[in-house]
Amino acid sequence: MKVSDIASYLDATIIVGKDQGDFEVSSAFGSDLMSDVLAFIKDNSLLLTGLVSPHVVRTCEMLDVMVIVFVRGKRPSEEIVELAQERDMIVMTTNLTLYEASGVLYQHGLGGTSDNG
Amino acid sequence: MDEVVLRKSYDVEAGDFESAGDASAGIKATLKRLGVPTGIVRRVAIAAYESEINLIIHSMGGSLTLTVDGESVCLVSDDRGPGIASIEKALQAGWSTAPDSVRSLGFGAGMGLPNMKKNADEFQIDSTVNVGTHIVMRFHLS
Repeated sequence: MKVSDIASYLDATIIVGKDQGDFEVSSAFGSDLMSDVLAFIKDNSLLLTGLVSPHVVRTCEMLDVMVIVFVRGKRPSEEIVELAQERDMIVMTTNLTLYEASGVLYQHGLGGTSDNG
Repeated sequence: MDEVVLRKSYDVEAGDFESAGDASAGIKATLKRLGVPTGIVRRVAIAAYESEINLIIHSMGGSLTLTVDGESVCLVSDDRGPGIASIEKALQAGWSTAPDSVRSLGFGAGMGLPNMKKNADEFQIDSTVNVGTHIVMRFHLS
């Protein structure tokens, strides 16, 4: 699924990577726990999270996860924005909750990261 | 055993959340530069990051050492204590002794050691209370 479509479905504001709308992801994972992200996410996935911390970017860096969606209207700090820019990541924020945002993307065909997802 | 291509050690300070990920990012970049296959780089990076976070949260300081030879990538985590009382429990998914302050940062869910074990081809852990913990993770290149 294209980043531009994801932003449109979630009515999200792209904060970093506005020119990368054509970038595509093949699955998604949602959690506020970076420990679980490290254990469950696949590469070329999108992360939905309500945790706003530089560790989100560092965790995604390790996992080759290039797209982060902050939910519940959370705005990333300047530090997070800079870290993401340095790593060519795409960061957006939506007012939807984690549950709602996940549901919308799932409904549009973006699967999860488990074997049944 | 093939000749060692590279050995690099990174010190990790206890409680230094600011720098969390620096050592792992260095390890990841080094492996990429050496041309190690992407899938293996990713598994080593995950194990390295989990190890680094563990050293920061739980240890009194330690180090991560990366060794690469023709056959494998080896990652060793060494710390100066306090040691793990029950390795059996620590290896159970979801079991954690991390304080709430750490959980609020998104860590301490009790997935670290199980995830390191899952990603490595060989995993060995030895720990002595009041002395330290020594973990060896090996990733086969073929």
